[in-house]
Amino acid sequence: MSRATLLVLADGRFPAGGHAHSGGAEAAVRAGRITDAAGLEEFCRGRLHTSGAVAASLAAAAALGVDPGELDLAADARTPSPALRVAARRLGRQLTRAARATWPHPELDALARRFPKGTHQPVVLGLTARAAGLGPLDAAYCSAYEGVSGAATAVVRLLSLDPFDATGVLARLAPEVDVVAQDAVEAGRLAVTDGVDVLPARAAPLLEIGAEAHAALPVRLFAS
Amino acid sequence: MHLDHHHDLPAVSADAHRPDGRRRALRIGLGGPVGSGKTATVAALCRALREELSLAVVTNDIYTREDAEFLLREAVLPPERISAVETGACPHTAIRDDISANLEAVEDLEDEVGPLDLVLVESGGDNLTATFSKGLVDAQIFVIDVAGGDDVPRKGGPGVTTADLLIVNKVDLAPYVGSDLARMAADAKAQRGELPVVLQSLRSGDGVRDVADWVRARIAEWTA
Repeated sequence: MSRATLLVLADGRFPAGGHAHSGGAEAAVRAGRITDAAGLEEFCRGRLHTSGAVAASLAAAAALGVDPGELDLAADARTPSPALRVAARRLGRQLTRAARATWPHPELDALARRFPKGTHQPVVLGLTARAAGLGPLDAAYCSAYEGVSGAATAVVRLLSLDPFDATGVLARLAPEVDVVAQDAVEAGRLAVTDGVDVLPARAAPLLEIGAEAHAALPVRLFAS
Repeated sequence: MHLDHHHDLPAVSADAHRPDGRRRALRIGLGGPVGSGKTATVAALCRALREELSLAVVTNDIYTREDAEFLLREAVLPPERISAVETGACPHTAIRDDISANLEAVEDLEDEVGPLDLVLVESGGDNLTATFSKGLVDAQIFVIDVAGGDDVPRKGGPGVTTADLLIVNKVDLAPYVGSDLARMAADAKAQRGELPVVLQSLRSGDGVRDVADWVRARIAEWTA
């Protein structure tokens, strides 16, 4: 694998639509659950170990060659909020476009044909890693990290938080991202032999509820 | 019919053909500062052109659906021909650096209400450096107004200098805000060389006629 290729895929400026989403942070800020850097850290930690761990395992499983259709259903089953399912498919469709232009590959073409309106973003991320010559651990890292970095960037904009504080939060979470990514690969390997039901199904009810409240807001900065 | 497989599922955003091999709609972007009259110009263009062209509009609102709702309220087009993209606090990112959400909105409109001749993509109100990616639009219009200061053409910047058409809007207000129209026209000419400039008022005179004629000429080139 190429470490530089991993940096291309992990770059927050990779043009796959993520900039318009807050990872649930806007809803949490509105509800008063994030007011400062310490609140951001707790939010990100909770996200990382729940929906973040689920997303990373879906990405790892896809990178290991588990059928994307099975993973799409598994992702639906692990995402109670309709608004979050819509956002995940929209981001998946946008990543499919960016990935096909960046790392052309027959598997990505097949994915675009099978899911013209998009499948869940972590599934696309795993297949993108395959197309780029990266492995399941790379896919899991990208997924776990962007799950917290997107929220941190959004909170800088929403609260005018000091950007150095937000980056410090990400640095302090790094050892936990390592653990989540490694666990995700183990889960992905298990799914290859035992099917997608063995993938983690950790839920964060406030993220799901917040996403539904956010989708109904008439005025908001982020799409989700 | 033989279909070049590269056109089967185009991965390149600027591809001029639809998946079925037909030429896609011409896409024109409208950018410019907040309040300069982008939405009013889009509405006037729709009224002027909707009888002769199959039209659709994509709006990029920064934190509301206000622009899309204005167009709906004015009933310039049927609602299914107007689509709103959410831009995550960064309007210029959505039209320049990460265009995936806008590309999808354009393609969905072509799928759902096409065939279309013209899609107008209106940016969220932004600053003087905002320009559209060539991967998203085929031509771009930059809209400034006399009340924003008659030194704007002299200051230049990518929008004023490089847009395919510069509109200086609200010229009827010039006497009330002390703006020197001759000076604005001369400064624009100096910045833009041969690129065209239209001075317009949507409240008097010929309204949007000159801009509509310019759009008709672009359509003629696109379909030639």
